[in-house]
Amino acid sequence: MAKSKRFFLYLFLSIAAIVSIFPFLWMVVSSTNQSVDVTRGRLLPGTHLLDNFQKLLDTTDLQLSLINSAKISITTTLLALLIASLAGYGFEVFRSRSKDVVFNILLLSMMIPFAALMIPLYRMFGKISNVFPWMGIDTMTSVILPTVTTAFLIFFFRQSTKMFPKELLEAGRMDGLSELGIFLRIYLPTMKTTYAAGAIITFMSSWNNYLWPLIVLQTPQTKTMPLLISTLGSGYAPDYGMIMIAIVIGTIPTALVFFLMQKQFVAGMIGSVK
Amino acid sequence: MKKTNSNVSIRTKSVLTGWSFVLLAVILIFVFYFYPMLQALILSFQTGTGSNLTFTGFDNYTRLLSDKTFIVSVKNTFIYLLVQVPLMIVLALFISVLLNDSKLKFKGFFRTAIFLPCVTSLVAYSVVFKYLFAGNGLVNTMLLKLHLVSAPIEWITDPFWAKITIIIAITWRWTGYNMIFYLSALQNIDHSIYEAARIDGASASRQFFGITVPLLKPIILFTSITSTIGTLQLFDEVMNITKGGPGNATQTISQYIYNLSFKYSADFGYAATVSYSIVIMIALLSVIQFKVAGDKNG
Repeated sequence: MAKSKRFFLYLFLSIAAIVSIFPFLWMVVSSTNQSVDVTRGRLLPGTHLLDNFQKLLDTTDLQLSLINSAKISITTTLLALLIASLAGYGFEVFRSRSKDVVFNILLLSMMIPFAALMIPLYRMFGKISNVFPWMGIDTMTSVILPTVTTAFLIFFFRQSTKMFPKELLEAGRMDGLSELGIFLRIYLPTMKTTYAAGAIITFMSSWNNYLWPLIVLQTPQTKTMPLLISTLGSGYAPDYGMIMIAIVIGTIPTALVFFLMQKQFVAGMIGSVK
Repeated sequence: MKKTNSNVSIRTKSVLTGWSFVLLAVILIFVFYFYPMLQALILSFQTGTGSNLTFTGFDNYTRLLSDKTFIVSVKNTFIYLLVQVPLMIVLALFISVLLNDSKLKFKGFFRTAIFLPCVTSLVAYSVVFKYLFAGNGLVNTMLLKLHLVSAPIEWITDPFWAKITIIIAITWRWTGYNMIFYLSALQNIDHSIYEAARIDGASASRQFFGITVPLLKPIILFTSITSTIGTLQLFDEVMNITKGGPGNATQTISQYIYNLSFKYSADFGYAATVSYSIVIMIALLSVIQFKVAGDKNG
């Protein structure tokens, strides 16, 4: 009885794992095959990886999209971590009744659907375009600004700050460090795992963002990876091998960030859930 | 006198320091969340194309009620919500309880494998699923080879199966994400509670419903609210797997808003009205979810 239970446990988990991994394997395998083989359902690696890659380079501006995505995601991540950690630290360390009220109001923004924001934001950046074209529609700034601050990340840093030893804070004050000095020299290095988890969350959502860039980035020169993949996928005679290599390339950065920082991610998440 | 003055100034200084830490975040959230939210409300009472807008009172809201495309979009969105969110939460909870078993081997592998879908972008995985579930796609080929079906299933082109495809896709992408929350919460539960229950002769299912579910309730509430909010805003998957078709069979509210503003005649006012329907739904559903969770607490 117990043995058959064990068997079903492993069977169920194995099926779940296979279902989770299979689309990845298929996408990687397909990127090495010709389009016809992909439609025929070939599941073995082929020899067309370089051909597919070459075709992708010839028909799209892959490098440009990669650079655009990298610029946007890295800038967003750095700014988001700085702004949210300053705020999370500020709300927790300099706690006051009025700050708690403001914090609760900020949390309400998590309930606001992006669908309700996209039209006003689009019009807002349209107006900015008339005065400062460099930060209006079709610029990196217009993608970054609305997504750079989220109440979730502030909440995440505030929760984690609760675990920050207050003795360190006192020690810093005794040593005559300024409040900003304490934050930069003591808090920042101690909270590495929190920053790592925050970085993963922000980088992934920024790299993968689709709807807002779709609205605000209008010329081929500003296209990001999700926009590139989406246009490739909407063609009538798709070259499956070529599209799959594009998807693989588009997935590598987030997969890499995740696997390199997985330990910190889990540690950081557990810290915030507690 | 002089002393109190300097005390006041020290206090003011520390209050100012505190606010200066949070100021930038507060400004950005007000400018990019609350202000546009207010703008959308004002817009929802206006009509016209592009920027030529005039106030028309509640016209947009009455139009909403007789707009067939809107009603279909709401219906579709709720089908996704009512089928997918409970399915995913139960599945994630079930898997996380299995993975929390201390005697389980290959735990790290299973956990990573099931979490893996979360690293993909919504667009990338949608395109992959579109091809997997195509008429002549791999899923049909496999089903035919295994003699599970006699004719290929019209996953993308049949209104019913297209919805199923979307539901399968979202479940694939988000189950592992929710699982991580449950896993970290499960690790905080004291093992002695389970041991005591076992000594009292409680079965595994009694332990699950009697201990695990009540203790995880705050996290279950959190994940069901975030999943509900996510599903009500569903866009990327539908846009890239079915384009909302066949007909409007898979179109979501977000996609309808996008179409109204950027595909059809740029009717920003009416699109804003439609977007407010999502605001209202999120508010209502969150209140209901909080109430349900609160009532069970007794």
